[in-house]
Amino acid sequence: MRDETRFEITVTVNGAARRLRVPARRLLSDCLRHDLGLTGTHVGCEHGVCGCCTVLLDGRPVRSCLTFAVTVDGSKITTVEGLAPGDGRLSPVQRAFAECHGLQCGFCTPGFLCTVTALLADNPAPTEDEVLEGISGNLCRCTGYQNIVKAVHRAAELRAEES
Amino acid sequence: MTTKLFGEPVQRREDHRLLTGGGRYVDDLGRDALAAAFVRSPHAHARIRDIDVTAALDVEGLVAIYTWDDLPERVGRPLPLLIPHPALTHGRTALPLARDVVRHVGEPVVMVVATDRYAAEDVCARIEVDYEPLKPVVGPEQAVSGVHLVHDDVPGNVGAHLVQEVPGPDGRGAREAIETAPHTLSFRLDIERSAATPLEGRGVYARWDGRDLRVYSSTQTSTSVRMAVSAVLGVPLPQVEVIAPDVGGGFGVKIVHPWPEEILVPWAAMTLGREVKWTEDRREHFVASAHERGQVQHVRVGFDDDGRLLGLDVTILHDHGAYTPYGIIVPIVTSTQLLGPYKVGAYRVEFSSLYTNTVQVTPYRGAGRPQGVFCMERTMDKIARRLGKDRAEVRAANFIQPEDFPYDQGMTFQDGRPLIYDSGDYPRMLRMLKELIGWDDFERAPGRGIGIGCYVEGTGPGPYEGGHVQITSDGQVHVSTGLTSQGQGHETAFAQIAATELGVPIERVSVVTGDTRRLGYAVGTFASRAAVVSGNAIALACRKVREKALRVAADALEADPADLEITEGVVHVAGAPQASMPLSTVAVLANPLRYAFDEETARATQFAGAADPNRPPVAEGDEPGLEGREFYSPIRCTFAAGMHAAIVETDPDTAEIRIVRYAVVHDCGNLINPMIVEGQIHGGVAQGVGGALYERMVYDEHGQLVNASFMDFLMPYATEVPHVETAHLQTPSPLNPLGIKGAGEAGVIPVSAVVASALEDAEGIPIDRMPISPSELFHLRTSGR
Repeated sequence: MRDETRFEITVTVNGAARRLRVPARRLLSDCLRHDLGLTGTHVGCEHGVCGCCTVLLDGRPVRSCLTFAVTVDGSKITTVEGLAPGDGRLSPVQRAFAECHGLQCGFCTPGFLCTVTALLADNPAPTEDEVLEGISGNLCRCTGYQNIVKAVHRAAELRAEES
Repeated sequence: MTTKLFGEPVQRREDHRLLTGGGRYVDDLGRDALAAAFVRSPHAHARIRDIDVTAALDVEGLVAIYTWDDLPERVGRPLPLLIPHPALTHGRTALPLARDVVRHVGEPVVMVVATDRYAAEDVCARIEVDYEPLKPVVGPEQAVSGVHLVHDDVPGNVGAHLVQEVPGPDGRGAREAIETAPHTLSFRLDIERSAATPLEGRGVYARWDGRDLRVYSSTQTSTSVRMAVSAVLGVPLPQVEVIAPDVGGGFGVKIVHPWPEEILVPWAAMTLGREVKWTEDRREHFVASAHERGQVQHVRVGFDDDGRLLGLDVTILHDHGAYTPYGIIVPIVTSTQLLGPYKVGAYRVEFSSLYTNTVQVTPYRGAGRPQGVFCMERTMDKIARRLGKDRAEVRAANFIQPEDFPYDQGMTFQDGRPLIYDSGDYPRMLRMLKELIGWDDFERAPGRGIGIGCYVEGTGPGPYEGGHVQITSDGQVHVSTGLTSQGQGHETAFAQIAATELGVPIERVSVVTGDTRRLGYAVGTFASRAAVVSGNAIALACRKVREKALRVAADALEADPADLEITEGVVHVAGAPQASMPLSTVAVLANPLRYAFDEETARATQFAGAADPNRPPVAEGDEPGLEGREFYSPIRCTFAAGMHAAIVETDPDTAEIRIVRYAVVHDCGNLINPMIVEGQIHGGVAQGVGGALYERMVYDEHGQLVNASFMDFLMPYATEVPHVETAHLQTPSPLNPLGIKGAGEAGVIPVSAVVASALEDAEGIPIDRMPISPSELFHLRTSGR
């Protein structure tokens, strides 16, 4: 078998420009986890259903397991490692998840955090139905979602207090 | 106990790392490791004629291809039968790689190691296995017919057959009691297969340095994996370390061990002298790990005019899939926990545990209880319907009363010990539930019904767990226990216990679980046992360390240990806070030193004058250091209980089913952290809702699992799970020092029974199978059943 052709891409990941050479078939999830060592992005199904691998691509949530790394050349990506403002503090969404016990095993959590960060950026004060709709593309097997829903409302409050 | 944290909703100490991408799951480790992948059987039952790897040999990145023939004798043996039982007369386990016959789709046949997973899968795709298909056996009823066999040497596909009988108060057997009962009913119930389905699949990563082997596994039992790996690979136990790092959910499936991959990945790492890692993908998890639930039950019951049970006779066909590595724990749990909070009169239960050409069946959260509770609670509803009585009233008529404890059900439980309930208050629990859901005021309407389900759960089985507690010279408290964590918040709950017992701020306590480097003796996390068994072991270890701290401090402060207390990490004379010493100093003094490493530790060196020169620095029978290890070994299980109620609405046209309200009253004895317990209940109920309405493993007649993806196996999203209202009753367990009972599985256990009860109430149609989809409900309506 011949060597795979590699393509050079430049991506801004959590604020830092990264240059990579990737085969065409390399998934963005694998690129983030294994090429860049950003293992906070998790892979739960590799067919785009569970939402564990959700990252923000130019601010919008996408399934990194359904995205080829080569297609994000020139984009900005935020992963769970880039959600906190730095200096040891957590983002309002992260704090709300801790406060409301919105996570147990933590495997789906990075996907939820990215999804909810984008949801609240779009809609800072979602209704109960909008919250349910907003997180209805992410599976969690531990929490039964009740505390995640609570955390989304709490995050909206924390964001409002800080703005 | 001055720092009271036991019982408080303390925020979780594991959250910060999990919220910032700092978790360490198996696949996050070993970035430079070689990747393993497996060629798995596409057939449910076939003979392997030939394996041809020629076309795969020139794939860039290939390192090794292994078939069963390549394995050394001890590595190629059948995997262990973990829990033998006299009734399991025909236990069978898989080989790590299939030799000549495959018995379910997904069984591993060839192992490939390559530079990365992409290359490994390229290799797998080019390996050709020639199979001669054999007749598959699918479903327990086909199995029991015995026409085709899963294992040639297992007649009738029967792995185990067990009859247990408990006579009634008058000494008569169940069948006789039913014959003469004023009322009798007989019916059949069906429960389909589901699976634990943690969002992180299994994974194994191994490192071998020529002498020592370190294995990371996404397991619920690192100590047992260690013993199995040591035995199979022939590496002495002290040279094997097994670590369960962060684990992305378990729910039972990860208690099975050693998986083929847990043997093969370390073996390949040793053989190749390279780090090797395997990460299960989702399809592999569906077809190559384990399932649960699937049972057919035939029930006969006799009862009196008040609905009191006189005799119950249950025959169960249990589908255990292709192999029985976990023995017959699931049908034993079904048979025993079926009894719930009731006195059943005379009881007879018989099960046949049957081989089929499907994925093996091992415990999934609830572990046979959801099926048993479904059986008993359907029975209660049918009795109420027959007598025209309120369903709650019929249950109440059969309850074990508070003054009856300890109550002996007369059976042998899954831990091999008598089924004796330790404590509980079922009548009060029912009153609480009725009030919470508004049972007596419920307004019934067409398409709107209310349902109820009760259960008792034996939690915290032995044999034992240990706790190790060490206070270091910086005053930090390091706690470890050998069992593992998969999201239950052990780092928090165990820190609460330690902080409370020792009188230190929780910020100074850190907890490590599932790391055999820290504690080599443990059993594992299953059967709602971690809080009960490890929690009590840690409390005992803390008490031992506290006693030593008081003794050492008493010497230094020239006080009586009985007059000392520990508050906020400082040992002081009660009522005289000026005579005090921080635990950091006590830790220094507890370890006589020749060599200081800072100013504080200089106090413990040999010229510092702290020690009596006429006594040995470490007294006879004492040990250096401020640390202690204790084990807690329960005499038998402690019995938690719960009652759930739901209100459902159904659509008159589409038969869509909606759970409008869901209420839970739960009793797990003393609560360590109510926030965590509630979270466990919420998650359990969500899994129960999945099992009642959405999740099933659909096998076709060829033994193909046709819905082996999250697109077709429907796990509930936030939009499908009702808000859960909870209330707690706390009847402490008299069996353990902390008075606690387990909570991990509680939420899931009665949900199918509750939903069936509510649906039956809404529709007026008997609901005798779970799960039930809108289309099935629609057909039930139109078939007039």
